[in-house]
Amino acid sequence: MPKNSLIDFDSTKPNSPFYNESHRQWRDSLRRWLAKEIAPYVEEWEEAEEFPLSLYKKASEFGLSRLNYPEQYGGLDSGFDRFHAIVTAEETSQIGAGGIFASLLVHGIGLPPIIALGTQEMKERIAPAVLTGDKRICLGITEPDAGSDVANIKTRAERDGDDFIVRGSKMFITGGMRADYMTTAVRTGGPGMSGISLLLIELDRPGVARTKLKKQGWWASDTAAVYLDEVRVPVSNLIGPENQGFLGIVLNFNGERLAMAASAVGYARTCLVEAARYAQERQTFGKRLADHQVIRHKIAEMQRQVNATQAYLEICAWRVQEGESPIADLALLKVQATLTMEFCAREAMQVFGGAGYLRGNKVERIYREVRVNAIGGGSEEIMRDLAARQMGL
Amino acid sequence: MKILVTVKRVPDPESSIKVNPEGTGIVESGLKWVVNPFDEIAIEEALRIKEAQGDVEVVVVSVGVSESQEQLRTGLAMGADRAILVKADRPDTAAVAKILVKLVEKEQPTLVILGKQAIDDDSNEVGQMLAHLLGWPQATFISKLTFAGDKASVECIREVDGGMETIAFALPAIITADLRLNEPRYASLPGIMKARKKPMEEIDAASLGVDLTPRVRIKKMAPPPARTAGRKVESVDELINALQTEAKVM
Repeated sequence: MPKNSLIDFDSTKPNSPFYNESHRQWRDSLRRWLAKEIAPYVEEWEEAEEFPLSLYKKASEFGLSRLNYPEQYGGLDSGFDRFHAIVTAEETSQIGAGGIFASLLVHGIGLPPIIALGTQEMKERIAPAVLTGDKRICLGITEPDAGSDVANIKTRAERDGDDFIVRGSKMFITGGMRADYMTTAVRTGGPGMSGISLLLIELDRPGVARTKLKKQGWWASDTAAVYLDEVRVPVSNLIGPENQGFLGIVLNFNGERLAMAASAVGYARTCLVEAARYAQERQTFGKRLADHQVIRHKIAEMQRQVNATQAYLEICAWRVQEGESPIADLALLKVQATLTMEFCAREAMQVFGGAGYLRGNKVERIYREVRVNAIGGGSEEIMRDLAARQMGL
Repeated sequence: MKILVTVKRVPDPESSIKVNPEGTGIVESGLKWVVNPFDEIAIEEALRIKEAQGDVEVVVVSVGVSESQEQLRTGLAMGADRAILVKADRPDTAAVAKILVKLVEKEQPTLVILGKQAIDDDSNEVGQMLAHLLGWPQATFISKLTFAGDKASVECIREVDGGMETIAFALPAIITADLRLNEPRYASLPGIMKARKKPMEEIDAASLGVDLTPRVRIKKMAPPPARTAGRKVESVDELINALQTEAKVM
C-alpha cells in the first residue's frame, strides 16, 4: 500500500526566481499572524456574516492593511514589490474565506484614487485614519444599471453653490455596510465617459441609506446597496478634476486584476492541497481514494493547471514590476486564474464527495466563492473582450 | 546598555520529524527551520526593554551552521540592531557556553537573555553553564522581569515546581525566558526590509581559542514506539484493575 505523504501549499508550489529572503520571511510572518488572528474564527464569522471591527485595527498594527501606501500617511511601502503582494494573496487565500479579506482590505480599491488624485487636505484627512484601521473606505462604481460599462452610470451630482447634490444608487458595494467613506463615481457632466467625476462621500451624511445584500459566498463580507437621496457633498470633495473621473477608476485596474488572479491561484492551490490530503485519508472499496486512478488523475490535473497559471501570474507580475502595463495579458491572466479556480473547486468537491457538501470546510466555501472572483473586478467575458480589443482585433 | 540574545536554528515544531535509518540523527532534507520559540520570547523581551529604556542595543547571536543566518535575520526583522554568527559544526552545550563566554568578553553586555531551552534537544543547559563560567548571577525560567529604578539590578519572577519565586540581583546577569514571559511580535514587512541592511558579523568558532571537543556523544537515536490500538474492557472493575496493574497509573 502506498504511504501517505505530506502534500501542502509549499510542496506543490514550484521554485521560482522571483522570490528572495524578504518574500520568504514575509510569508512566514503573515502565515503565523493569520493562523492566530483569523483561522480559528473563520467558521464563526462566516456564519455570523460579519467579523469584529477590531480586526481592522489588528491588521493595521501588524501592517497587513498598510502595505503599499506612502509612509507619510502611515503606510508601509519601502521595498514592497509585486511579489510581496502575491505572497500576501497566496497566504490569505489559504484561509479559504475570501469575504473576510474582501472587506478587511477593501480600502485597496477605495483609497488609491484619493492618494493619486485627491487634494492634500483630503489625503491628510482620510488616508491616515483608514490606514490605522479607525475608518473604512469603500469604492462605489457599479449601479443597478451599470457595471463594467462605467460610461453609463446614472448617479448624478448637480452643482448647488459650493456643494453637489447627489442622487442615485450604488450596487454590490463591498465593505459598504460599515464604511465611513465611499469613493464614488458620479455624473457631473454630459453622457458618456467624459461626464464622470470621482467624489468622496462621507456615508454619515443625510440622505445616505444602505441595505445589506445576502450572497452565495463571501458571507463574512458586508456587501451593500447604497442609496444616495439628495446627499449634499461639498465640491471640495472632488477626487481629481471634474469630469475626469475615469482616470481614477482605471488607476485601480492593473493592480486589482493581478491581485485577484493571485488570490484565485491561491484558492485553486488550496483546493488541490485539501483534495490531495483527503484522498490520502479516505478509504473506499478497501483502498485510499488516492489509489483510485480517477481520483489520482484529478489531483495531477489540478496540479498541472495550478502551476501553469502560477507561471503566467509570476511573469505578468514581473512585467508590471518592470514598468510595463500588459493590459491584455492581465485581463487574460484573470480569466485563466478564475477558470483554474473553478476547475479545482469543482474537482476538489468531487474528491470530497458528501463531506464537501457539508458546511464548515474550505473547499465548500471556496466553491461558493468561485463566481465572485470570476465576475467581480471584471467578468471573464468582459476580460476577453478587453483583451481582444487590445490585441487589435 | 547592551543586551545579548541567543538564537538557535531548530526544526519547525509543526513539521514531521523522522529519525534517519542509521539512527544517528534526524532526516534534515526538506525540513523547515525556524527560530527556537523560547529564543523568540528572549528577543521580544530584549526589544521591550529597548522600547522602554531607549538607549539599548540588542545583539542577536547564533552558534551553528551558516544557514543560521536566516534565523538571525528574523531576529533583526523583529527589531534587533545587529547579529553575530559563530560558525560551528554541531557544538554541544558546553562548547556553545564557552563560545558565548568569548562573545560576552568581547561585547560586554549588561544582560544576556536566552530561551530556557531549545526545542530540538531540550537540553536546557547553556544559560546555566554560561552563568557559571562567567560567575554571573542567573535567573532561569523567568516569567517576569522588572528593572530597579537605577537600572543596576533587576527583579525576576521564576516559574518553579512549587509556584513562583521572586529573586533580585545586580547586573550584569544571565536570564532564560519561559513561555509566559511575553508574547513575541511578528516580523513586519518593513522590519524584514530593514533587516537586510543591518550588520551581521561572522566569526569562525575555531578562531576563538575555545576547546570545542564534544563532551556529549549521541550513541543512538530512535523514534518513540508507535501507538498501538486501545482495548475495550467489559466492566469498571476490569478498567480499574487494568489501570492499576497494567498501566500502573492508579
